[in-house]
Amino acid sequence: MRARVAHIASNTFREAVRDRVLYNLIAFAVLLSGAAILVGQISIDIEKLVVINLGLTAVSLFGLVIAIFIGIGLVSKEIEKRTLYTVLSRPVRRWEFIVGKFFGLAGTLVVNTFFMAIGVFAALFYVSHKFVRADALILVALYFIVLEFLIICSLALLFSSFSSPLLSAVFAFSLFVIGSFAEDLRGFAGMAHGFTRWLATGAAYLVPNFSAFNVIGSVAHEQPVAAQLIWHNTLYALFYAAMVLSGAVLIFEHRNLK
Amino acid sequence: MNAIEILGLEKTYRVGFWAKRTKRALHPLHLAVEEGEIFGFLGPNGAGKTTTLKLLMGLVFPTAGSARILERDWINPEVKAQIGFLPEQPYFYDHLTAHELLKYYAQLSGVPAKERSRRVEATLQRVGLKDIHGVQLRKFSKGMLQRVGIAQAILHDPKVVFFDEPMSGLDPMGRREVRDLMEELKHEGKTVFLSTHILSDAEALCDRVAIIHKGELRGVGAVADLTSSVQGKVEVIWQGPQIPAFMKALGAECHITGDTVRTIIDENQQDAAVDALRRERLRLIALTPVRTSLEAYFVEKLQYAETSAGRTA
Repeated sequence: MRARVAHIASNTFREAVRDRVLYNLIAFAVLLSGAAILVGQISIDIEKLVVINLGLTAVSLFGLVIAIFIGIGLVSKEIEKRTLYTVLSRPVRRWEFIVGKFFGLAGTLVVNTFFMAIGVFAALFYVSHKFVRADALILVALYFIVLEFLIICSLALLFSSFSSPLLSAVFAFSLFVIGSFAEDLRGFAGMAHGFTRWLATGAAYLVPNFSAFNVIGSVAHEQPVAAQLIWHNTLYALFYAAMVLSGAVLIFEHRNLK
Repeated sequence: MNAIEILGLEKTYRVGFWAKRTKRALHPLHLAVEEGEIFGFLGPNGAGKTTTLKLLMGLVFPTAGSARILERDWINPEVKAQIGFLPEQPYFYDHLTAHELLKYYAQLSGVPAKERSRRVEATLQRVGLKDIHGVQLRKFSKGMLQRVGIAQAILHDPKVVFFDEPMSGLDPMGRREVRDLMEELKHEGKTVFLSTHILSDAEALCDRVAIIHKGELRGVGAVADLTSSVQGKVEVIWQGPQIPAFMKALGAECHITGDTVRTIIDENQQDAAVDALRRERLRLIALTPVRTSLEAYFVEKLQYAETSAGRTA
C-alpha cells in the first residue's frame, strides 16, 4: 500500500521534472542575481533587507504558480488523457492515487524550494559578504512557505478531482488571495452583527489562514519567530491539508471516469 | 469454471445541466465467460462495449448489479492483480520511455523488484518493440503505442486479459501478430475478453461471442454454432475451365479463377452436379455447405433489434 503511494508520488515527481517545471529555477536564479547586483548598487544599508524580502517573496510566488498549475491538472489531465484507466485497473485504490499525487507534487515543491533557497542565500552573501546568526531565521520563513505549499497542493488537488483545470486554477488562486487576508476577514467578523457575523466567521475559519504563515517582513528585520507559532503553523498546515485531501479522496472515490 | 460472471450490471447516466434527464448506457447485463476461452464482445460503435469494460475495471460505478472475476468480487484489489486491461486508443505518460512506463506499471501490479527488468524486456520483445531504449513515448507512432498498451496489459502475467479494440492503429502485419499473441495467451490457459467491432477478427479468434447493441445483449453463443446454420446451399469448386451443360441448365452463376470454377447450387442438386462433373471428366476440388458468416448473424441480430424497436414504437 505504502509502496504504491510511493511509486505514484515518484512518477508524479518525474513527470513534473521532465515537463521542465524546474526550469523556473533558472529564471529564479537570473532574477535574484540581477536583483542582488542592482540592490547592491542602489541601496545603502538596506541591501540585505531588500534581498531577503525580494528573495522570499519570489520563492513564495514561484512555488505558488507551480503548485497551482501542476496541481490543477494532476487528476483532471489523467482523466482527460485516460492515463488513469491503466492505473486504476491495477490493484491501486483511488485514495492511494490521490495521496501519491499529493506527495509527488509536494516533493517537487520541496526540491524546488531547496534550490531557490540556495539562490536566496547566495544573493544574501553577495550583498553582505558574510552570514550572521539571525540569517537562520530565513530558514523558518522558508519552512512556513513550504507549509503553505502543502495546503495549496491539497486545494489544487481537491479542485482537480471534480473540476476542469481552468476553474480549478481560478478556485485555488482565489482561495490563496482570500487566505492571505484571513486575519482581516476574522477582524471583520468580530465587528459584524447577526447573520453577517455568523457568515463572516464561518468563512474566516474555513479559508486557509495564509496570513499566519507570512513572516517574511519580520525575518527581514531580524525579529525572532515564536516557537509557539512554528508549532501552531505546523499543526494547522498538516491538519488543513489532511482535511482537504480527505475531501479530494471522498469526491474521487465516487467519481465516474467517463 | 467461469472466469468472468456479469450479474445484471447496469448503468444509467444523469445528463443535462441539472442532471435531471437520464440516459441508459447499459441495460442489465448477464454474461458468463469460461476460463481459458477467447470471448468476443461485439457491437457497433456506441453499443455499450466500453461502458461494460469500464464497469468491470471499476472506472465507473454500476447503477445496479455486480460481477465476479475469478470467482471473487470484481472490485477486490487482489482480483485486479490478476487481470490485464488494454483500453481503447490508449494514451500513456508521454514523458516516459516504454521501459520506464512498464516498470512503473510492474511496480503498481506488485511484480517483485528483482523480476521487473527481465519481465519488462521480455514483454516488449513479445509485442515486437525493439531498439526503443531511451525513446520517450511522445515520439512513438500510433501502432507502437498500441503495442505498448498490449505490453502493459500482459506484463504482470494476468489470468484474465481484457482488450478493447486491440487492432486499432495496427498495420496488417501488426494485426496478425496480435491475433497470434491472443492465441498464445489462450494456449497458456488465460482468458481473453475481446471487445471489438471487427467481425473477421472475432470469427477467426473467438470461441464464443456476445452481441450487444444499444446497451442490450442481443445474442450469445459459440462461434461454431452461430455460423453453422446451413442455408440449404452448397459451394462446388472444380478444375476447369469447362462448365458442364448441367450447371448451365441450372442457371447457376459460375466464377472462373485461373483454372478453377466455383458456383453455388441448391443442396438437393449436389448429387446431380457431382455426376455431371464425372461425366465430363472434370476434377472435383471441393463441395462444402454454405454457412452463415458471423457478419450475417451480427447484421441479422441488429436488424431484428431495429425492427422490434420500430414495432414497439
